Amino acid sequence: MDKQEVKKKDVAKAYEKYSKQFTPKPTYFSNCLKAFIVGGLVCTVAYYVSNFLVGKGLPEKDAIIYVTIGIVALAQLLTGFGVFDSIARFAGAGVIVPISGFANSMVAPAIEFKKEGPVLGVGAKLFSIAGPVLVCGITSATIVGVIYWIIGLF
Amino acid sequence: MAEKKLGKQTVNFAQGPYVIGSAAVGGEKEGEGPLKSWFDLILDDDTFSEKTWEKAESKILKETMLLALQKSGKDKKDIDLVLSGDLLNQIMSSSFMARDLHLPFLGLYGACSTMTESLLLGSMLTDGGFAHNIIVGASSHFCTAERQFRMPVEHGNQRPPSAQWTATAAGSMLVSDQMVDLSKIGSVDDKQKIVNPRNIQVDCGTIGKVIDAGVKDANQMGSAMAPAAVDTILNHLEDTGRTIDYYDLVLTGDLGYIGKDIATDLLIDAGLDANAVKERYDDCGTMLYYREEQDVHGGGSGCGCSASVFCGNIINRMRKGELNKVLLVSTGAMLSTLSPFQGESIPGIAHGVVLETC
Repeated sequence: MDKQEVKKKDVAKAYEKYSKQFTPKPTYFSNCLKAFIVGGLVCTVAYYVSNFLVGKGLPEKDAIIYVTIGIVALAQLLTGFGVFDSIARFAGAGVIVPISGFANSMVAPAIEFKKEGPVLGVGAKLFSIAGPVLVCGITSATIVGVIYWIIGLF
Repeated sequence: MAEKKLGKQTVNFAQGPYVIGSAAVGGEKEGEGPLKSWFDLILDDDTFSEKTWEKAESKILKETMLLALQKSGKDKKDIDLVLSGDLLNQIMSSSFMARDLHLPFLGLYGACSTMTESLLLGSMLTDGGFAHNIIVGASSHFCTAERQFRMPVEHGNQRPPSAQWTATAAGSMLVSDQMVDLSKIGSVDDKQKIVNPRNIQVDCGTIGKVIDAGVKDANQMGSAMAPAAVDTILNHLEDTGRTIDYYDLVLTGDLGYIGKDIATDLLIDAGLDANAVKERYDDCGTMLYYREEQDVHGGGSGCGCSASVFCGNIINRMRKGELNKVLLVSTGAMLSTLSPFQGESIPGIAHGVVLETC
């Protein structure tokens, strides 16, 4: 690295430090609290519905699948009505981390790129947000799986 | 033989050019902000009855230009050139607007600095005798910018406090080599009820350099652009030999709350009088919205932010005589949709234009 490059990096670092004092910090605590309450509420309701279905005589495995489908459908519907982003702005991770966030990340580009047509618009962009998450998730799951398999050999 | 050049970066106009018409159009959210009464038109619906956001932005820009033309009392056949730009790839909104206007057109890209870039170039062309009347302008739309640079509009996420809100707005001015009798042609909007409107001329302009302080976070546009704005303002003052007291108002484009604080601090640090800076310096990004009620975090941004504030609020206040000498500095962040992923930092640019009543 030549001298000028190093100097540039120093300037960038100094400026970042300088500009930080003007930047308000995200309200981590209240964000966490909201996410905890809303996320917990989502899970409690889901658990209640699942228990209710089991009580009606459904096998637990099926009940969980129905509840998952229900959350996905609800999140999609709310995204379609344009309220999910407002909820997410308030609740943050509380609705983004559960599967509702995944549903939203599929429907939002689908709505957005509808105007560019069903194939080259929706088809091409549907996974624009979820895609990278899936690729990284599946890749790391594969790596972990291979390690697990190797450990099992001994 | 560059006798119109002043110092290093500044161009000085001999006489005029004059701003004989201006118009500002705002979207729904902008129409609920503190500057609502200064817009010529506020949209009820951000699609503007069009099928796509891009079409809507194009239409907003076209309507703004036609309004500016109408208010100037000129006819479309008097217009020699249209200069405009926006944020979209291949400056889509402007090019498609020009397709409908059917006038000679030069497209510009200066990111959010496009308003002063177009005004500066338009003034230079009229002053140079290459045109009589030029329409200049810029536009931005929250939804088109959001889908191009960030996420789909309906995607749920939390924005950091430094993130800025792209304005759905456009502004346009008509620059002419001839002064017009404003009272005679009723060129000023009736909405403002301005008695005895002042003429406005472009006094000089300072062309900015691209300055990169190494900010990499695309949610930190204000701090990325602030050094460019400060550089342009300081060079402007040096080239013209003026102090900041000379101006009633020095207005940057879209630094937002954080960028404004940084710019203020840097200007004072550079040796300008602290009280004068605090008194005279402001930023459009902090004027366009109510900070808390409208949940805009870092303030407004986008070409339309400075364009609509300059062409609506500032021009009309100058016509009224509330402001006489104003330095407008639109600021732009010259990032592309690819550059952040390639590890590039965000270069900033700012162009200054001085408007004076006469």
